[in-house]
Amino acid sequence: MVLPMPDRQGHFGSFGGRYVAETLMPAVLELEKAYKQYKRNQEFLRELDYYLKEFVGRETPLYFAQRLTEKLGGAKIYLKREDLNHTGAHKINNTVGQALLARRMGKKRIIAETGAGQHGVATATAATIFGMDCHIFMGTEDIKRQSLNVFRMKLLGAEVVPVNAGTRTLKDAMNEALRDWVTNIRTTYYLIGSVAGPHPYPMMVRDFQSIIGRETRKQILKLEGKLPDCLVACVGGGSNAMGLFYPFRDDADVKMVGVEAGGLGLSTPKHAASICRGKVGVFHGSKSYLLQDDHGQVQEVHSVSAGLDYPGVGPEHSLFHEIKRAEYVAITDKEALEGFHVLTKAEGIIPALESAHAVAQVIKMAPMMGKDKIIIINLSGRGDKDLNIVAEQMGGLNP
Amino acid sequence: MSRIKAVFQNLKAENKKALIAYITIGDPHISVSKNIIRQLIESGADILELGVPFSDPTADGPVIQSAAQRALKTGVTLDDIMELVKEIRQFSQIPLILFSYYNPLFVVGAQEIARRAKEAGVDGLLVVDLPYEEAEELKKYTDQSNLDLIFLLAPTSNDERIKMISRKARGFIYYISMTGVTGSTLSGGQYIEEDIQRIKKYTKLPIAIGFGISNPEQAKAMGKFAEGVVVGSAIVRLIEEHGDSPQLLQKVGDFVASLKQALK
Repeated sequence: MVLPMPDRQGHFGSFGGRYVAETLMPAVLELEKAYKQYKRNQEFLRELDYYLKEFVGRETPLYFAQRLTEKLGGAKIYLKREDLNHTGAHKINNTVGQALLARRMGKKRIIAETGAGQHGVATATAATIFGMDCHIFMGTEDIKRQSLNVFRMKLLGAEVVPVNAGTRTLKDAMNEALRDWVTNIRTTYYLIGSVAGPHPYPMMVRDFQSIIGRETRKQILKLEGKLPDCLVACVGGGSNAMGLFYPFRDDADVKMVGVEAGGLGLSTPKHAASICRGKVGVFHGSKSYLLQDDHGQVQEVHSVSAGLDYPGVGPEHSLFHEIKRAEYVAITDKEALEGFHVLTKAEGIIPALESAHAVAQVIKMAPMMGKDKIIIINLSGRGDKDLNIVAEQMGGLNP
Repeated sequence: MSRIKAVFQNLKAENKKALIAYITIGDPHISVSKNIIRQLIESGADILELGVPFSDPTADGPVIQSAAQRALKTGVTLDDIMELVKEIRQFSQIPLILFSYYNPLFVVGAQEIARRAKEAGVDGLLVVDLPYEEAEELKKYTDQSNLDLIFLLAPTSNDERIKMISRKARGFIYYISMTGVTGSTLSGGQYIEEDIQRIKKYTKLPIAIGFGISNPEQAKAMGKFAEGVVVGSAIVRLIEEHGDSPQLLQKVGDFVASLKQALK
């Protein structure tokens, strides 16, 4: 059995913690206190339940992918349909939770980082329904490749702040969000979108996302009368994966596979596979696996999917890797694109390129497993936002 | 007595305040950094903060971010900076503080970094993203090596934190003048004076004020509240503007001399 994590200082074994400037420390302590108070507050939980059900549209189905199962000829494949959530991805489970918390803490201004734009859209959505001022930091490279989501955020009334530093992707957006936070610390709530950052974020985001795994566990027991053999989810920072995995952590027979972005391949420097190829480091507020050079400088990473294009990973995933509770593998851009097309044609479901990494892993695994085995894929988001990228790969919108 | 302590004692005896100068090492090149350091010392800097460039400097504003980028492009490493410290020690006993983010130190290891820093002639480490709560391991080794691990306090630090952090602090306390990143515009001062008074209730260590001090007038104003002032971005901006120019050292020297004059 895995011990309750994190400890009082936010450590997941040797990972996690709070590596932030002193200016931010009182704010993360205040947040931790508020979260601990409200997570046991019945009124808060009722409110959260209400929005998750009536606004987000939970619970999401656990759908038997019959055609994909037949096509692969092995294990039974189920899809946890997080793509059916309002705004099109799992991200809103967390943003609604944190925005409700921010409101109770009296914060009127929300900032967030975003890569693919899904967290940005989910944050802007939560901010607009609760009447909060919203600023979303986004790398200019991501603004280019996820222009539809940028437009959605603007429609929702958020200000999208372009970040031109570094690799102009998710990591740089988070750097800039941290700089804004340290400047506007007294008025601003930083709504981190993954199980990353300083304590209490990895714990709090995990808890809000755990609804995925809790529902899944109940649903599969009802559908199959037993637990699944394997859970598969993509891992950038790792929030959808942790949300699915965490409620199964003590079910020793349930295998967990986290799928990192293999980019152009792990033998090249162009990937974002932090656990597969990184070393332990301290970045964005916590200790975890990190893609870095020998001198501790964070490396440029690459993935076709903006949401996985991040050099770090949530600290609890590092722990799950270390204690071998989960296995972490990588899927290349090319394999992910194949997964995208296979799922689209087989099931009539167009997945986000992030989620397509998980699908691609299952395409490899399922045929090698018996027909009595069950795999669950976390289909974390829908693919509308990625159609331009996929079209480009296919030679345009009219190939 | 440590070099840091001696400097503050001597200045106090003369009723002067310490000028702490920051530069990012390796910008525009480490060989130029060495010349700039000579100039900083000649022009009156009392303590030097040697900035270790980091790829993702989340506590820094645009000026030091760009400096770090330029420095990293030259391939400068922590080893090079330690070598530079040894070279500085051949001509100066000025207190030297490594100003770094944690990761470049963490990959070397807490024990090893303390050993190497001491051996090179470093007097203190200031790790901007290593708060008190995470500093235990590094502090164990810096204490063993008799290096000062400099802690920071901010306008957001409450009495409880001030008390807790002051108790473990060594060398001096670095008070961050505002909620913000380095190089932001410093305005107002009432709360700063009050904060410094609050901190002084808990410690006899000297206090230096940093962030946003960019001209002699501000240095003079802040010098009234504390034992020292830190100037970083304003110097780094001069290096950015005149990095390739033969006038670089004179520009930096004149500016630092004007700061020093304001602190007398």
